[in-house]
Amino acid sequence: MISSRFAKLLSWSYLIALYGFIFLPVAVLVLFSFQDGRLPVPPFNGATLKWYGEVFADSRLMSALGNSLIVAIGSATVACVLGFCAAYALARFVLPASRLQRGLLISPMTVSYLIIALGLLTTFNWIGVSLSLWTVGIGHVVINLPLCFAIIYASMGDHQKNIERAARDLGAAEWQVMTQVSAPMLMPSILAAFFLSVTFSWDEFIIAFLLSRFDVTLPVEIWSMLRSGLNPKTNAVGSVVFLVSVALLLILELIVFRRTAKK
Amino acid sequence: MTAPVSIRNVSKIFGDFTALDDINLEIAAGEFIVLLGPSGCGKTTLLSLLGGFLSPTSGAIEINGTDMGDVAPAKRPTTTMFQDYALFPHMTLRDNVAFGLKMRKVGKSERHAKAEELLDMVGLKTSANKKPHELSGGQRQRVALARALAVEPDVLLLDEPLGALDLKLRRQMQDELKAIQKRVGTTFVHVTHDQEEAMAIADRIVVMNAGRIEDVGSPETIYMHPKTIFTASFMGEVNFIPGTFESATERTISVKTPLGSVELPEFECSGFAPGASVTLAIRPEHFRASTGTGPRITLGKAKVEDGSFFGTHHRAHLSPLDYPNMTITAHMPQSAIIEPGAWVELTLDPTTVVLLHGHPPRPTQESATL
Repeated sequence: MISSRFAKLLSWSYLIALYGFIFLPVAVLVLFSFQDGRLPVPPFNGATLKWYGEVFADSRLMSALGNSLIVAIGSATVACVLGFCAAYALARFVLPASRLQRGLLISPMTVSYLIIALGLLTTFNWIGVSLSLWTVGIGHVVINLPLCFAIIYASMGDHQKNIERAARDLGAAEWQVMTQVSAPMLMPSILAAFFLSVTFSWDEFIIAFLLSRFDVTLPVEIWSMLRSGLNPKTNAVGSVVFLVSVALLLILELIVFRRTAKK
Repeated sequence: MTAPVSIRNVSKIFGDFTALDDINLEIAAGEFIVLLGPSGCGKTTLLSLLGGFLSPTSGAIEINGTDMGDVAPAKRPTTTMFQDYALFPHMTLRDNVAFGLKMRKVGKSERHAKAEELLDMVGLKTSANKKPHELSGGQRQRVALARALAVEPDVLLLDEPLGALDLKLRRQMQDELKAIQKRVGTTFVHVTHDQEEAMAIADRIVVMNAGRIEDVGSPETIYMHPKTIFTASFMGEVNFIPGTFESATERTISVKTPLGSVELPEFECSGFAPGASVTLAIRPEHFRASTGTGPRITLGKAKVEDGSFFGTHHRAHLSPLDYPNMTITAHMPQSAIIEPGAWVELTLDPTTVVLLHGHPPRPTQESATL
């Protein structure tokens, strides 16, 4: 009796400790973004929305937020299109060394972002491409393409293959099969890949930092704010970033996974 | 639309496996052909060759007199109805059926009208706005049929389309398929391993085994006068009685069997030399009570071993007096009383007996050699 109660207590405290470990920093960040005072440190002096007002009035932060959205949506779209094409080719046609090709496509996942950023930086310098949001976008395509490919490739089964065969049999050309049958049929996994890519790009710092110059993304702008010390405004903008990520994951959950579960 | 199909000397070899070996078959326009055989006999491979999903290793396929050698599936006058229906899950039934017309650049209102007409034909007019996942198996199957017919193919290829349905629904769909085929007049080539289905729907059955055509003919011919031991056993339950060809006179031929000499009316017995191994094939329903009209022969007395009731008949196992090691399966009338241990006379009409070359490869109905 006692031992079972003890075990229950232990498992509950483990659960609380686990979630505390994950969410406490975020909770603290969000809490002190409402701090009525100049420093985001305890004690909590009372709530105000002043810092959020400052964030949305800050033109540099707002343009960085816009840049982040452009880069996230643009790079996720490109990564999804490229990932879908690669997955379609590798799942539907007999290609030479297809195992090796799959491995090479996924391998950037195992390389650290710092290495990827340094490699791209060297390459851009070498071929004379100046740094801009475009180069940041290219960097984000590099990190998100393996993810998009893996998600979409995993959802291409033999059943869909037969459906594509039926489309071809009814007179569809290859591009029509891809755009009118395969892509709509795989839309849940394509959307999942898209939203995950947007989330990753939205949060990403190292590549965005090393591959940008004048126009920067939000994480880079926040980092430069942090250099002048902590203040509740940085917490407020951090909370905004976090909220957008959560919102994206909720959309993913609601639109994509609900739809898949229904089928 | 409809067209004849001509298959000439077609072989298909995968690595060192010969899937099809020198197939020759002429299919008339508007015919309902069933390719029947056990799995691995090459029937699905032949269908894929017709549809253009595979190309033959050698030989030629002509549809409506045109060689299909390098014609891609999309350009062939054929459409395929797949076993798993392969409907487009993201489209409504209307869009599914209209897809082939859309690919042929038919205008939206025209193709939708055509799609609704076909959905009406298969009894799904009111479901045009539904998606495939809202339908039952039989309904999906009907949509697949409507979709394949919407582009008015010359030849419709059906790849075991009824395989996934339960028995009752399958019988119902067989009738519908047959009726729709008669109505649209398209040449149907249907693949199945179910001989009852084949007999129910086919104008002609093509029995295939190990990459070859064993037999071609109407359901009646294939069942009543099979040409080979394989066809006889594949088309339904049959008793094989091995024997030796003795002699032929003007009116009768004589075959020596473990159950004594059997005199059969002379029919096509060309190619039989005295002393040749032959097999008598007798369907269980051909054993008749000794009374009745018409010619009768007997294979002697047999003891009833057991019996079970099948509704339309009793199915009984008998062991002949002259050769107790052999088991004969016979269908007895509904009203018969089956008593194990009772003796019955093995009487039959000699014209129902089929004389076949050779002996069964693996004796299953009898356990001893001659």
